[in-house]
Amino acid sequence: MNPAPAISADILRIDAACEIERITASIRDMVFRQLSRKGGVVGVSGGIDSAVVASLCAQALGPDRVVALFMPEADSSPESLRLGRLLAEALHVRAVVEDVAPLLKAARCYERRDQAVRLVVPEYGEGYKFKIALPGLMEGERYAIFSVIVQAPDGQTRRVRLSAAAYLGIVAATNFKQRVRKLIEYYHADLLQYAVAGTPNRLEYDQGFFVKNGDGAADFKPIAHLYKSQVYQLAEHLGVPDEIRRRPPTTDTYGLEQSQEEFYFTLPLEKMDLCLYGRNNGLLPEDIAAAASITKEQAERVYKMIDAKRRMARYLHSEPLLVEEIERA
Amino acid sequence: MQRAAQIRNFIAENFLFGAADQIRDDASFIDSGIVDSTGVLQLIDFLEETYGIAIANEDATPDNLDSIDKISAYLARRLDGSRKAAPPVLEVAEAGGQS
Repeated sequence: MNPAPAISADILRIDAACEIERITASIRDMVFRQLSRKGGVVGVSGGIDSAVVASLCAQALGPDRVVALFMPEADSSPESLRLGRLLAEALHVRAVVEDVAPLLKAARCYERRDQAVRLVVPEYGEGYKFKIALPGLMEGERYAIFSVIVQAPDGQTRRVRLSAAAYLGIVAATNFKQRVRKLIEYYHADLLQYAVAGTPNRLEYDQGFFVKNGDGAADFKPIAHLYKSQVYQLAEHLGVPDEIRRRPPTTDTYGLEQSQEEFYFTLPLEKMDLCLYGRNNGLLPEDIAAAASITKEQAERVYKMIDAKRRMARYLHSEPLLVEEIERA
Repeated sequence: MQRAAQIRNFIAENFLFGAADQIRDDASFIDSGIVDSTGVLQLIDFLEETYGIAIANEDATPDNLDSIDKISAYLARRLDGSRKAAPPVLEVAEAGGQS
């Protein structure tokens, strides 16, 4: 008997044209038939996922039935808005800018967040920037312990481990950003009788990389089944501007630029993609290790992390619980 | 109270909502899904405050903290041995722009 063929990164290759046809047909069915809405609202961040979702919606529903919303706040990179506009122009969809900083300020998002940072960095204040980060998973058997990386006005940076109170305080305050954006998305959806499109890819959806009732809330999520590398394949086929396709994925949430890898996934996304595929398809760590160019031990650690994040994601995905089942129309 | 009992109480109160009988002293917190990444921070805070020690990141490993038995052994090394506490600040990076 011949040995099974070695697994390579090609396992995530898809027929982009075929997949686009399938998704656009599904979007039409979900928006017009299942949800009875007249179009779609997409929060556009300037990143690859929202660019692909906006492109798919424009193709599925028609550009005149799609609103692209840009929602910058005090910590957003100006680059995000520029790239968002570039996309909207290319798609010929209506673009609306909603500055959410005043809403966030009114909710004391920045103030509460800064108070939480000061629990571990007392001197943190005006002119400082920060981000929170996890150690890389490839570095060895260790806990994913969050640290805060603070940059003083003179450019000096330092890294301090977060206390639980500081970590929870920072996350709870910054989650206002995703929730306030969703508030604005639903305002426009209500105004136009449109549905809100969610933009998570499979890594984010599966691993809980979203804010409950924030970016996790939507009426439909057309790319939640696609691995990140498959989103890039669709982006190329859809003609998403090069600049957006080349931009490294970022959270665009903290003053210091922060990659998704250091904030959540703890390993490069292309490796994470392969490991999640391996976990989903019952592949052994040693098989996926070769495809992802990591060691068997590292693949085992990633599998454990995937399972742990899935446990945490259970709460994020859960619907409100009821004492008893209630029949719905 | 013995250290192992104090740790068991903390784990039961914070992660098992009182069901202390659900955890064996040698059970891995990771494998049993009891402690997540926020839970690790809470566990470290508890150990630092209760025992007056600072736990450096290089010590915050599953080898030291992944079960009641392992924490007890780690505390015994720290508190009954001669090792000095390390400050929680991990490093000072170079001056300059964003990383």
